[in-house]
Amino acid sequence: MTLLQVQDLCVTLNTAHGPQEVISHINFSMDAGEKLGSVGESGCGKSITALALMSLLPLDSQTKGKIILEGQDILKLNSRKICSIRGNRIGMIFQEPMTALNPVKQIGAQVSESIYLHLKLTRKQTLERVTELMDKVGLPVSRFGLNLYPHQLSGGQRQRVMIAMAIACNPDILIADEPTTALDVTVQEQILDLIRELADSSGMALIMISHDLGVIAQTTQNVMVMYTGNIVEMGSTMDVFQNMSHPYTYGLFSAIPHVGSSALPGRKRLSSIPGQVPELHLRPRGCNFADRCSRASKMCKAKEPMATRVSDQHQVWCYHPLSCEDKK
Amino acid sequence: MRIFLAKRVFTLVLTLLVATLVVFVVLEILPGDPAAVMLGINAETDTLNALREELGLNRPVWVRYTHWVGDLITGNLGISYTYDVPVSELILDRITVSFPLALLAMTLSTLIAIPLGVMAASNHNKPMDFLVMSFSQIGIAIPNFWFAMLLTLLFSVTLRLLPAGGFAGWDAGIVPVLKSFLLPTIALALPQAAILARVTRSALLEVLQEDFIRTARAKGVTNQGILWKHALRNALIPVVTIMGLQFSFLLAGTIIIENVFYLPGIGRLIFQAISQRDLIVVKNLVILLSAAVIMINFMVDLLYAFIDPRLKGGGDV
Repeated sequence: MTLLQVQDLCVTLNTAHGPQEVISHINFSMDAGEKLGSVGESGCGKSITALALMSLLPLDSQTKGKIILEGQDILKLNSRKICSIRGNRIGMIFQEPMTALNPVKQIGAQVSESIYLHLKLTRKQTLERVTELMDKVGLPVSRFGLNLYPHQLSGGQRQRVMIAMAIACNPDILIADEPTTALDVTVQEQILDLIRELADSSGMALIMISHDLGVIAQTTQNVMVMYTGNIVEMGSTMDVFQNMSHPYTYGLFSAIPHVGSSALPGRKRLSSIPGQVPELHLRPRGCNFADRCSRASKMCKAKEPMATRVSDQHQVWCYHPLSCEDKK
Repeated sequence: MRIFLAKRVFTLVLTLLVATLVVFVVLEILPGDPAAVMLGINAETDTLNALREELGLNRPVWVRYTHWVGDLITGNLGISYTYDVPVSELILDRITVSFPLALLAMTLSTLIAIPLGVMAASNHNKPMDFLVMSFSQIGIAIPNFWFAMLLTLLFSVTLRLLPAGGFAGWDAGIVPVLKSFLLPTIALALPQAAILARVTRSALLEVLQEDFIRTARAKGVTNQGILWKHALRNALIPVVTIMGLQFSFLLAGTIIIENVFYLPGIGRLIFQAISQRDLIVVKNLVILLSAAVIMINFMVDLLYAFIDPRLKGGGDV
């Protein structure tokens, strides 16, 4: 059953160079319990898409299109109704656990806040729910208590508190915006496992935003690869990773360093995608990736590519998608 | 927390000691005979010597200092030269005017400034913000003695609702006291509120940019909840700092307002003591006011720790 449908989503932000469209005409849908990944370089619009789903974009931004959550267009709701969706139907985990928690509030109060706001439980029930949540995220109340302040916790522990806050009201969708980027490598794995476990056990849908292809591969069923505010390739994670068709996706994969590879004699340098993400006001006509792409033709620079089907569950927005031979 | 408190108390005691030293050095050791200052240039030598003896100026410096500090601790501040009453009695009498007045003005100023600052910040760059900031600009620009005179003109002369000045005395009951405090309180509070509203607004605007505000929004907290429950407490540090400074000023710096309203407060006492060269009163008043300012700063420090638990310096888990 379709839970969330994003139709023709465009976001315009005010920048130093005037209003710029940072996300253009994004379409995707999600089923209940689905795990969707969103991958791309910094500034490709992953986080903006997530913030748009929460209606958390700056006040001077403009959002067009439709974000339909179970038949209800979120973009048409008034602020009171939006507040009843945030934290209740959609929960969000942010990237920076060090700054994302209120430094002057005890963690217990921060976790119980959304329960108090949305679930209208009694004091005792709220406390029970918080205790249950803290157990789930691995910060049992018996050991950590609820009256600690964020500065008394490590980054990983803070991110656990953040997760407890995000899932407090059993949301339909959990958005995780680079939840492990700011953490130690050893902690990253634990946090990812936790998120995956929670999503599996509660049946909530997950949107995992990351620039780390490994994270996406571990946690998602479907993936959309984003570049400069567009989706360039989308499909089942398995299909996209094994049969990548967009030169950008291929570039991302080639840029993954392999442990020990440099020790091999004659091994080439780590490959990278040439050039840089074009600045918002300098985006070219046609395909935004054309300037960095070795396969680009005249057509690419003239007109934006349309979706091409690679397989049943795999689409790519490219005039010259890679075939199997190209990748050898 | 205990370590934090111990450190603060240690600093407090040390600062107080340094303050007594500075005041003592300035008034007693620097060139110039305190007795001559008090009696003026035409004084007879006999009178001078008698006063020197009375003030203990013939004793060695360190004896005088330790005696004075001892006297300060026991509250024995000597007899005023001009009023001929114990200095402690004199000061205590004036404090019962100045302290309630300062407290009232501070309370009124806070009650006006914080809601206005929050309102301005939540309507950033909108007409409301502009309105609040304009009023604040006017409040800062108007000298408070002139404002005090306007208040007297309106409420005392034209409307005849409130006394134009003077202090009824605590024996007269609470209503007359409040009546004589009302205009001075307003005259003192509004310019302070103007500054405080600005500080509140800018501190809030800064906090509203923080990541944890976005987290709170993502939890479904409403705009009002964001402002009052999440942002305000984080914005309070600069606000409390300014409030501490303002309260210190209100305790002793209200000379002009006390003169406009004929209030027998500390400010007037200093003014009179200085013009009558009553060094005994001046010396003790100065050290008491310094102590008050140091105490206020100490309490502001404690408030910081109460507002922001990070400053207490608790260990990691």
